[in-house]
Amino acid sequence: MASVGGKKVSGEATSLPHGSGGDAATATLPPVSGHTSQLAALLAEPRRPSEDRFWRRVRRERKILIGIIFLAVLVLLTIFGPLIAPHDPDNDDFELLQSPSWSHPLGTDSFGRDLLSRMIVGTRVSFTVGLLSAVIALAVGGTLGLLAGYYGGRVDSLIMRFIDLLWAFPVIILAVAIVAVFGAGFLNVIVAIAVAYFDDFARIIRAKVLSLREEDFTTAARALGATDARVMARHLLPNMVAPIVVQLTFAVGLGILSESTLTFLGLGVNPSTPTWGLALNEGRDFIRQAWWISVFPGLAIALTVLGFNLFGDGLRDALDVRSVGDAA
Amino acid sequence: MTEYVVRRLIHSVFIVWGCATLVFFLLRMVPGDPVVRMLGPEYTPEAAEALRRKLGLDEPIYVQYARWFGNVLTGDLGASVASGETVTGAIKSGLPKTLSITLVAFVFATVIALPTGIIAALRRNSWLDYGASFIAFFWVSMPSFWFGIVLILLFSVKLQWLPAIGYVELSKEGFWPWLQRLILPGLAVGAGYAAILMRFVRAGLLEVLGSDYIRTARAKGLHERSVILRHALRNALIPVVTVAGIQLALLLSGAVVTETVFSIRGLGRILVGAIFDRDYPMVQGIILLIAIIFVLANLIVDIIYTMLDPRIHYG
Repeated sequence: MASVGGKKVSGEATSLPHGSGGDAATATLPPVSGHTSQLAALLAEPRRPSEDRFWRRVRRERKILIGIIFLAVLVLLTIFGPLIAPHDPDNDDFELLQSPSWSHPLGTDSFGRDLLSRMIVGTRVSFTVGLLSAVIALAVGGTLGLLAGYYGGRVDSLIMRFIDLLWAFPVIILAVAIVAVFGAGFLNVIVAIAVAYFDDFARIIRAKVLSLREEDFTTAARALGATDARVMARHLLPNMVAPIVVQLTFAVGLGILSESTLTFLGLGVNPSTPTWGLALNEGRDFIRQAWWISVFPGLAIALTVLGFNLFGDGLRDALDVRSVGDAA
Repeated sequence: MTEYVVRRLIHSVFIVWGCATLVFFLLRMVPGDPVVRMLGPEYTPEAAEALRRKLGLDEPIYVQYARWFGNVLTGDLGASVASGETVTGAIKSGLPKTLSITLVAFVFATVIALPTGIIAALRRNSWLDYGASFIAFFWVSMPSFWFGIVLILLFSVKLQWLPAIGYVELSKEGFWPWLQRLILPGLAVGAGYAAILMRFVRAGLLEVLGSDYIRTARAKGLHERSVILRHALRNALIPVVTVAGIQLALLLSGAVVTETVFSIRGLGRILVGAIFDRDYPMVQGIILLIAIIFVLANLIVDIIYTMLDPRIHYG
């Protein structure tokens, strides 16, 4: 149960509990027809029934569809942002603090820059930071979890003591501490967020390895003389793809949230880079005169993270990954 | 049970010791000479030497570590390099504010989440359920500090119902003025937490409602209200308690970040200010304190959990 929160919650918050508690209710009382129809499906389609079931579930999950739409917009803005933006994000020739209008749909900021253009261009930073920090967290945390689970014993206790220690710090506090020591900036922010989240990956993957290690196929591979590295890479990792993908999805969303928080506090990426968190920070002083500077960037952050959360939650339901909801 | 508590207690002591050690070495990991960074433009070789001696940085690292640790045990976290204020003093003024926000947020979240979660579970797949679900997803995805800004816009700027910023002490000004200034920060911080609690209440209740003893309770003719409140809810809430505890970190870090929006000088504002001032003793002290609070909160939740559910035995 650590996850949903784990500490993480700050972010981890995102790992909402398994969406449809209903599943649990139905699970206790499986309707008889369910069994028979499943049986029929199995008989009718002997080829790879699990894969078909997966795609059927994906299509049925509206959350995944909504999530994908959100994420598609995000990816497009990340790639083509500077081309789509109606104005140069750094052009400060416009009238200051103009309220939303046809020429400036989201208004202008306190420097006289077009807010919409700055937000479109800012997508790139948010998305890149979120994605990179999640991937680094996965690489580091995943490796530690894999080693801890596979070798057990001393290696396990050493690694897990370290993970326990990191776990004692709320995510955003840990990230703030790291930025405090190494300074702000693009790379440091990514590393800080990655460090703050990698214990989640370590825990999830370790738990998964512990159960897979006892499976017959692992024993068989080892009996055939496979090296430890080969067992891990060829037999363990492929069986953990589902929980990893789900957790990664949540982690990107959390990373974006963390980046905006750090930037809002003035501890984020370079202050000359247009980002959502920075716009919020600058808008704070003008709440009374110009609500739009604060409202729109925050809305962009919320909808982006929402996209990742819906996608991750839907994927978790479709893949039936219980462990992430419980352990993340 | 006692054995479990003792074991958890010892474990927590080790974690706190580890946190203190980690925090101590954080300062030593600052690239370059921390004294130079702390002094910034006021750097002179003499000033650097004096500061170094004051912070004990001229001694071997193990001596520094032993002394820092001894001091921490006696509650002496050093003094601010920027203002000369003791770190303990700053904590004494900041901690009540942060904890007040956290407390109000916790109460709000519970008050919102319990009824909403119950209704969502009872009216499963209704528009009410979907609506609550969507709001929960949105609340958990938004930055709490942004929600704080939106609340200020709505309730302070537009409607002028509540003060936008500031904090007054409960003991000096009384309950209402204190609470009045904590309503908006409490809502901002509590919303994400409420979302998570609500989802867990809903999921927990749905799971319990399918169980045999609920069918028995209904079969013996109990009122639906009694079935839900006396039989289902009590069991459904057990997992909720754990989540509530684990997610306390969310509230605490939310409070720390959201203080900035409401100009409340709690732990978060002090921490961020200290980072800008390169006031490392202050940064160390506050981060350590937050870690300790978090470890303690988790310990307490674990113990409550074992007391709530007699089925749980930790071997």
